[in-house]
Amino acid sequence: MELFDNLALGFGVAFTLQNLMYAFIGCLLGTLIGVLPGIGPLATIAMLLPATYALPPVAALIMLAGIYYGAQYGGSTTAILVNLPGESSSVVTVIDGYQMARQGRAGPALAAAGLGSFFAGCVGTLILAAFAAPLTELAFKFGPAEYFSLMILGLVGAVVLASGSLIKAIAMIILGLLLGMVGTDVNSGVARYSLDIAELTDGIGFIVIAMGVFGYGEIISNLSKHESERKIFVASVTGLMPTKEDFKNMVPAVLRGTALGSLLGILPGGGAVMAAFAAYTLEKKTKLRPGEVPFGKGNIRGVAAPEAANNAGSQTSFIPLLTLGIPPNAVMALMVGAMTIHNIQPGPQVMTSNPELFWGLIASMWIGNLMLVILNLPLIGIWIKLLSVPYRWLFPAIVLFCSIGVYSTNNNTFDIWMVAIFGVIGYLFIKLGAEPAPLLLGFILGPMMEEYLRRALLLSRGDWSVFVTRPLSASLLAAAVVLLVVVLMPSVKSKREEAFVED
Amino acid sequence: MNIKSQKDFFSGLMFMCVGVAFAWGASSYNIGNGARMGPGYFPLVLGVLLSVLGGVITFKALVVETVDGEKIGSIAWRPLFFIIAANLVFGASIGGLPSIGMRPLGLIFGIFALTFIASNAGDEFNLKEVTILAFILAVISYAAFILLLKLQFPVWPAFLNA
Repeated sequence: MELFDNLALGFGVAFTLQNLMYAFIGCLLGTLIGVLPGIGPLATIAMLLPATYALPPVAALIMLAGIYYGAQYGGSTTAILVNLPGESSSVVTVIDGYQMARQGRAGPALAAAGLGSFFAGCVGTLILAAFAAPLTELAFKFGPAEYFSLMILGLVGAVVLASGSLIKAIAMIILGLLLGMVGTDVNSGVARYSLDIAELTDGIGFIVIAMGVFGYGEIISNLSKHESERKIFVASVTGLMPTKEDFKNMVPAVLRGTALGSLLGILPGGGAVMAAFAAYTLEKKTKLRPGEVPFGKGNIRGVAAPEAANNAGSQTSFIPLLTLGIPPNAVMALMVGAMTIHNIQPGPQVMTSNPELFWGLIASMWIGNLMLVILNLPLIGIWIKLLSVPYRWLFPAIVLFCSIGVYSTNNNTFDIWMVAIFGVIGYLFIKLGAEPAPLLLGFILGPMMEEYLRRALLLSRGDWSVFVTRPLSASLLAAAVVLLVVVLMPSVKSKREEAFVED
Repeated sequence: MNIKSQKDFFSGLMFMCVGVAFAWGASSYNIGNGARMGPGYFPLVLGVLLSVLGGVITFKALVVETVDGEKIGSIAWRPLFFIIAANLVFGASIGGLPSIGMRPLGLIFGIFALTFIASNAGDEFNLKEVTILAFILAVISYAAFILLLKLQFPVWPAFLNA
């Protein structure tokens, strides 16, 4: 079986002492930062990215993947213990997880989240390994028109899954695309929107945007809330093991969550957040067994299913990135940025030209998941300590690490001035109720989209119908249209609003 | 005319302004045509699209009723000012300001300056606590970034080396 050969190659790469260590450090750092309330995976990855610059590419990606899982995992811990979602994908975990913690069942809730995530992670990794090869084959059939249509589908997907107003999310994407235009145009060499500033001819750094908008913007917004709103009640943890009854309830929920999460993760625009929401909704629809605690009152299924789903989803969302080179969500967009820094152009060619990196990364994802279970369940005491650190000590540290991180990217203070500007812009977005994640996705996709659009139309001699006459491209666009129509249908629209109101 | 949703009204205005600015900027580059796009083509299309969307959002904010008027609320000037200022002062300490002839003061100075300024953004400011925090952060950063990751930072003020 080719799949096993590939996985063996991957594990061969990942099981070197050095790479195991980087995976471990990544998971540890990711959890460490991710546990802090209000810091999601995006900010965590952006903050820790500079730590990977000096590493060889394989090690750097392994560490980044570890950081990503760690951050997500840390977010669930925060959600369960202090009723504060550390990131958007654990928003639903809060509902039942915190109730369990209040009833003194924080241990089983954490264990359910951990074991559920681990199982989902294993399945997700297998799916990723199995689908990678055939999808890469498909990717080689893609021309510029197909890539362009695929990006449209991805962006539409991202809009549909954003919470809040659809039209504002679309506007944020376009704003992101436009910001991506800043810098030297590859075709003509014209420096666009550079305002005669030399540094801007290289474009705006994505780290600058990510840190300004997701780091500083969030901090300012957090600080504007009164102390009492930030008050943290940390639940104590006694006994980790779920009861037999818990397991009976958990297992089917984890299975359902995993299946749903894997599926939604592959879809462009999908990923962890939607997977968690969908899984929770699905669990609520299934019948309660006699004697079971209702949802919202501390049902273990309400923790296990979304956690499994979000982990499966975050795993399979690597598929479009690694096979097609297209990031399906903002976190993956950051991964693209990270890969480019290490001179790897994400896309179908990675698998053939760089199989060690490709399969090594996949294998280390599984290892990362395993480490997280080992790391989190016994070390939970440390994370709880960390949660009780007052915010007034935390935020100067976060500002410092953001500043150092931004500066070290290019060793240029210009980036520090830029991050200040984007910090103000990020706070403005929060005040105006405009969700910034689609902006980052648009920003990364902007230059790629323009390039593919140009090539597609150059090949068709300016004939726009090329996007609908090529069958693959036409079906991708049709999928995007269907997605938009479905969301705009009144019945679905109200459901969607209902789903997002729960946060 | 009443604004029904403040947030949407002003975000619509923001989108319109930015869209117009980008479209206007694009018009100074070569636009070209579909088959041979110039550097201005794609940004022009996007800029126009963004201003139209911004217009729709603003219009909706004036027409569609909302429950609470979706007020923007007060702006947190204090955290906004101190966080951004801390960041800027840190940048100036580490890179210096060549335009006014200021030489780098180094990482350690920057960390203390950043911590003291940023701490003003919170509700309370305790001098002793902040000093200890700055000291701890300086030690951690020196160990992690200079010793471990070997990043190229000026650590001490430039005038000491001279």
